[in-house]
Amino acid sequence: MLRYLTARFASLAVSLIVASLVIFLALEVVPGDPASFMLGLEASPETVANLRHELGLDAPAVTRYFSWMAGLAAGDFGISYTYRVPVVELILDRIWVSLPLALYALALSTLIALPVGILAATHRGGIADITVMGATQFGIAVPNFWFGMLLVALFALTLRLFSAGGFPGWSDPAAALKALTLPAIALALPQASILSRVMRSSLLDTLDEDYIRTARAKGLNRRQVLWRHAVRNALIPVLTILGLQFSFLISGAIIIENVFYLPGMGRLIFQSIAARDLIVVKNASLLLVMTITVVTFLVDIAYAAVDPRLRKR
Amino acid sequence: MSLLSVEKLSLSIHGTPILDRVSLAVGEGEVLGIIGESGSGKSMTALSILDLLPRGARRTGRIVLEDRELTALSERRMCQVRGQSIGMVFQEPMTALNPVRTIGDQVAETVLVHTDRSRRAALAIAREALDRVGLHADRFPLTRYPHELSGGQRQRVVIAMAVALRPRLLICDEPTTALDVTTQAQIIALLRGLVAEDGMGMIFITHDLGVITGLADRLAIMRAGEVVEAGATREVFTRMRHPYTRKLREASAHVPQRKARAIGATLLETRDLIREYRLPRRTFLEAPQVFRAVDRVSLTVRKGENVGLVGESGCGKSTLSRAVLGLEAAQGGTIALEGARIEAGHAMPRALRRRMQIVFQDPYGSFNPRHRVARLVTEPFHLLEERPDRRERAQRVAEALTAVGLHESDAEKYIHEFSGGQRQRIAIARALITRPELIILDEAVSALDVSIRAQILDLLADLSDRFGVSYLFISHDLGVVRAITDRVYVMKSGRIVEEGETEAVFDHPRHDYTRELVAATPRLDRVLAEMGVG
Repeated sequence: MLRYLTARFASLAVSLIVASLVIFLALEVVPGDPASFMLGLEASPETVANLRHELGLDAPAVTRYFSWMAGLAAGDFGISYTYRVPVVELILDRIWVSLPLALYALALSTLIALPVGILAATHRGGIADITVMGATQFGIAVPNFWFGMLLVALFALTLRLFSAGGFPGWSDPAAALKALTLPAIALALPQASILSRVMRSSLLDTLDEDYIRTARAKGLNRRQVLWRHAVRNALIPVLTILGLQFSFLISGAIIIENVFYLPGMGRLIFQSIAARDLIVVKNASLLLVMTITVVTFLVDIAYAAVDPRLRKR
Repeated sequence: MSLLSVEKLSLSIHGTPILDRVSLAVGEGEVLGIIGESGSGKSMTALSILDLLPRGARRTGRIVLEDRELTALSERRMCQVRGQSIGMVFQEPMTALNPVRTIGDQVAETVLVHTDRSRRAALAIAREALDRVGLHADRFPLTRYPHELSGGQRQRVVIAMAVALRPRLLICDEPTTALDVTTQAQIIALLRGLVAEDGMGMIFITHDLGVITGLADRLAIMRAGEVVEAGATREVFTRMRHPYTRKLREASAHVPQRKARAIGATLLETRDLIREYRLPRRTFLEAPQVFRAVDRVSLTVRKGENVGLVGESGCGKSTLSRAVLGLEAAQGGTIALEGARIEAGHAMPRALRRRMQIVFQDPYGSFNPRHRVARLVTEPFHLLEERPDRRERAQRVAEALTAVGLHESDAEKYIHEFSGGQRQRIAIARALITRPELIILDEAVSALDVSIRAQILDLLADLSDRFGVSYLFISHDLGVVRAITDRVYVMKSGRIVEEGETEAVFDHPRHDYTRELVAATPRLDRVLAEMGVG
């Protein structure tokens, strides 16, 4: 078990270093001067030179990379060029919207998908199964921003149960959760559609296994076999998809954040790209990569918890 | 009065008839052997008794266990019968246990499902059951997981699960087919002991007459969903009323007719061949461990000779065959084919590869289902210096197919259109098409039914007579090796422990391991002789 964890942890560290190198190379070393890019075409050479100095671009690339890393280790993400505030503050503000939103959507999607997938698999070919397969087909095909707009039209504009957008902050947790509910549903529905299909097919495979027949021969009824033997084994592929989905929810919520006017990470990166604020882009992207790598690490640990065969390695 | 009696059991699945008026009876302390080839309905008979049939199944007839009519029971009552009154053991021990739960947990579950006992009491009964099947607490604590056990040990766990509550009847469906002969002998001894101790009845389903004859009190022979002959074991073999019984018995002990041939010069020779695998590093800094699967093996095959290589699973015989074919480079030693030597670490030249071909065990997995037979059979043509043109290709495909007893027109078909035996013929055609001097048969008849196996053995004998091809016959089945080979090598843990003329080695084994193998191999003729049936 310890060996497995050490190996997973080593792989986590290596991916982070590689990711930071890729981001650094893409933004600072690849031809094209970041300072003149940030200032646009009309900037005077003096302004560009000043910015180059301010950004430390006159130092060699290796020095710049290590000073960036040293800064990160000390919690210094640099100062945003457009907002003129430390990037840490910008990100901290946003992450308290993005992270809860992603977790909320993930919880919703799991809570919908697992029972629905189990229902469909246990009634294979029946009305429940056909309905689930049809509904999830629809859920996968329809883009989440359109769901979002429908939700706004129905619950905010017509029924007036929710506000159409914006975020009141966490000073009032109930209001904050309420503001995140519609976007979380919009994000969760397509994810739940995919996840319930994975759950269904994985459970169908598991129910065909020899050990299910063994358990039936021991005298377990269908229900006991399902809950005691099938579901846990069927969860292993579901976990993989769940990890991928969380990564998507953290970084890919840009459109939904725009639809609901939420000050999240996606919007921050989007606005920084538009404003050519490379300092924010660089650090925020690395932070996203970090989050995603950590999630992958957690999924690996979850595998080991579910499957004893992995613990031995 | 019988413990279980099955009367006129018929079964259809989605309208397809599977069983036709099957009648059977098992008494207390009695072993009933059900014998039949694949598709004869023997497993479906077992599943019918337990009512664990697939969807769309319709069952008629009577199944009475100790005065209780099982067909009349509700699913809820049937759950009480399964595991408590009837225990069941399946064929495939590697997949019969839930991989994510401990063995103690899985054995205790039988107790927990059927009784009000506490978890602690159930685990105590599980411990006792595991001890009874020979898995003792010091080496097999309840907290072990299935992946930490070998196939034979897993089958013991399945048996412990089945007998934990001392059921009245135990049904075993091919319980030893996936196991090595020595393990098979141990499992059979275990089952025999359990039947004697508990006085339970046992139904033992198998395709192997040798295995069942020494074990069963009574036999039922099944074919195409019917019981064609039944009775006390001795009687069945003395009378052999039904032609199928006779055919089955003959096929089980089939020895193909081979013409006496002059054994020629050395064809294949390996010297001190070594094949090693690197194991994954255990820690980051430590050098990786090396596992030696083939350890300094020297063997020869001469022209016109059939050589056997026997050993149990994991002994390195398939690894050896891959190294000989040049599919994987060896780490030491040499391989020579008619004097052309290949040193370890060098790739095998194509010209040599052409002269050696292989037939694998699995007639289902070794073909690409999307290609037609003509393309499958001509796959080895890439080894030829001069690729034959279209017409010659077609002609050679036709020759190869007719040589193995198929028709020219089969070239245009896809592989799913053929039965297991026919597929194995196609595999042999594929091996023949480059006109090799040596064909390696890696468990090539192990997956086949006895009557099909007899036909394939005849075909192989015929082909070696006609084309002068030699065989290296790799198998765990001593009976088949005895029937078809002149000389034999016995392999254990990567090493050759004994070699010699096949008859001599099997009749007077010198090495302890060979002795153990020979003793564990069930032999129908010997058992029948002991029973006084000629």
